[in-house]
Amino acid sequence: MFDQLSDRLQATLSDVRNRGTLNEGDVDAAMREIRLALLEADVNFKVVKSFTANLKERCLGSDVLQSLDPGQQVVKIVNEELTELMGGAGRDLAFAPMPGPTVILMAGLQGSGKTTACAKLAKHLGDSGKDVALAACDVYRPAAVDQLVTVGGRAGATVYEKGTEADPVEIASWALDRAKEERRDVLIVDTAGRLHVDEELMAELTRIRKKVRPHDVLLVVDAMTGQDAVGVAETFSEAAEFDGVLMTKLDGDARGGAALSVKAVTGKPILFASTGEKLEAFERFHPDRMASRILGMGDVLSLIEKAEQQVDEDEAEDLQRKLESEQFTLEDFLKQMRQVRKMGPLSGLLGMIPGMGAMKQLKNADVDEGELDRVEAIILSMTPGERADPKSINGSRRKRIAAGSGTKVVQVKQLVKQFDQMKVLMKSMASGTPPSPQQIAKLQAGGAPRPKIRRR
Amino acid sequence: MPTGWQDILDLGTRDATPAAVEEAGAEQRGGMFKRLRESLSKSRQALADEISASLFDRLDDETWERLEEALILADAGAPTTAKVVERLEHEVESGAVPADGEAIQERLIEILAEVASTGRAPIDLSGEPAVLVMVGVNGTGKTTTIGKIAWHLSQEFGLSVVLAAGDTYRAAAAEQLAEWAQRAGAELIRSEAGGDPGAVAYDAIDAARARGADVVIVDTAGRLHTEGNLMEELAKVRRVIAKQMPGAPHETLISIDATTGQNGLRQAKVFSEAAEVDGVVLTKLDGTAKGGITLAIADELGIPVKLIGTGETLEDLRPFDPHDFARALLA
Repeated sequence: MFDQLSDRLQATLSDVRNRGTLNEGDVDAAMREIRLALLEADVNFKVVKSFTANLKERCLGSDVLQSLDPGQQVVKIVNEELTELMGGAGRDLAFAPMPGPTVILMAGLQGSGKTTACAKLAKHLGDSGKDVALAACDVYRPAAVDQLVTVGGRAGATVYEKGTEADPVEIASWALDRAKEERRDVLIVDTAGRLHVDEELMAELTRIRKKVRPHDVLLVVDAMTGQDAVGVAETFSEAAEFDGVLMTKLDGDARGGAALSVKAVTGKPILFASTGEKLEAFERFHPDRMASRILGMGDVLSLIEKAEQQVDEDEAEDLQRKLESEQFTLEDFLKQMRQVRKMGPLSGLLGMIPGMGAMKQLKNADVDEGELDRVEAIILSMTPGERADPKSINGSRRKRIAAGSGTKVVQVKQLVKQFDQMKVLMKSMASGTPPSPQQIAKLQAGGAPRPKIRRR
Repeated sequence: MPTGWQDILDLGTRDATPAAVEEAGAEQRGGMFKRLRESLSKSRQALADEISASLFDRLDDETWERLEEALILADAGAPTTAKVVERLEHEVESGAVPADGEAIQERLIEILAEVASTGRAPIDLSGEPAVLVMVGVNGTGKTTTIGKIAWHLSQEFGLSVVLAAGDTYRAAAAEQLAEWAQRAGAELIRSEAGGDPGAVAYDAIDAARARGADVVIVDTAGRLHTEGNLMEELAKVRRVIAKQMPGAPHETLISIDATTGQNGLRQAKVFSEAAEVDGVVLTKLDGTAKGGITLAIADELGIPVKLIGTGETLEDLRPFDPHDFARALLA
């Protein structure tokens, strides 16, 4: 709904260019759009209020008045302010002086994804050369210890566990002793999920913290959390005195405004983002990119980084040439698709491309991994000649391809047609002129009517 | 009169009112009110400053703004909030509702309850056997909810229940369900880990027919609604069930975590597209979250809440009462 905030702002402020100045009415109208976008993204109401109040003052400043494109200018300011509020330059984990170990305590609500996050963090630190151990202190959820043993093992970490009979505080303390003996670099302590209003369990968390004296306490927060994120963060801030936040389930389509709320009310930065089922789907948190995500402006930098890790540069250059010269074939497409799929689930990638948030609503661009398997099967059932020249695929060839790939003739036909459409789109992107937001907006039928929320 | 279990179940031709239910029901009613109030007391405290009859003593822009703020803080979302407030404001301005604090507050509760009641219908257990499917995102409390429903149906209504362990993905899911089956006195049908969830549902309906059981409850693996292939798998499970028993599943419920924000609307919408969701089970209402996103789900998608979960114990799964819900939010 708010994928096109910048379009909306441009529309709202469209007549400003003619007048040359932003008056208070213009700014109020723009603030209303921004407020709705932030609320839709689950940023806490009170945070939104103070944020837009500050923003308004800055927008009324002279730099905007002289700007040629007020809509873009406002977007830029919003993005800057959001990034600033989200944590500015960000912060790294605090490591213990040698010989260590650095102790990291993890806490959060039930179902927020702590255990998986522990393993991902272990892998992340392990990849940078640290010897990591995990302490299994979630003795309440029946399978939690087993789960940590399994995923921790997969992450290449040592797991210290004492089953589910021991006291969590004792387990933590015992694990710390072992980590010292075995000279581990890092000890990550997994704890049971708990409701922030559960005083008994919150007191237990405090006891664990006092016992192991962690260098970092991380609060694990589900990206789908709503307005209540503020209450949760405040309570955990008291009991766990957390230093930073780890956001999970960012692979879904939630905007993750909770990140902003938590930062705004506790002042604690978001350190990491978990973005999928795989252990590798984990990265350092980038405040500037999250600001763009909350505003629905895409996350180009993260995408480029992912691509850089996975795509061979020579191949990429080769591809670029082919795209520009229109020699892009189905064979290239197949290769490309496999490259991209190596980066992780496509739905996660698409969300990072500006404008794709809107494109995703187009039926044909809907991401379905099963559909991609079918596409692969269809292309693999074609002869090299057919892959190079899809136009040569006539009725009887279509029938053969469909039979070979276990699909229907109409699906083969559809693929070839989509390929043609895509070639046009990719050519324009390759030559450096991405489709404009206006073009994308035009593709959408109308859009939902705006809810009327009062000015404040 | 608050909603009891017997009010939200359509048991068809079955004898639905054994004496035990009446007794238990009467005893629980007081308990339920208390529990719901308790569980929502924290949110009430927060809202008490925002919403009380005295808020409406002076009627100006600020009054309506504060009402908007309270609803948005409860996760009701901007569109639904705007709709409710506009309606109330209009009714007050036109004189349909007297400009009196108490009267306006009562009317507000009515409106909220009405929105929450959109599409309201009993849980359809009239089939023989009745087939109920539980869906939802990971970590929202599906398996626990199934265990509690089975317990109520079996222990309070004397129905025989078969549970289908359709979550073949998460390793401990079947074990967790097995424990519930034992407590509820229900039969469990399961497969190997990684087995086909459709086949488990198929076998469960077979078993229920052979034994003349009343209800089959099918568990499914938690999945993010953005994972297209997993949503397609869900649609397939549904097709397998419909093939095995025309007209089934008779009831599909989605579990939504009360702390969920605006994304809950997307969850309900996408799950409904894949699995034709009939109702919501709102879980984890024992925290400070108010679950207001269910107002938006009812308003925009016409899918009502049918059950609420307010804690860990068996009694903590309750029929949803729109008036209680609205009142507890605002009182």
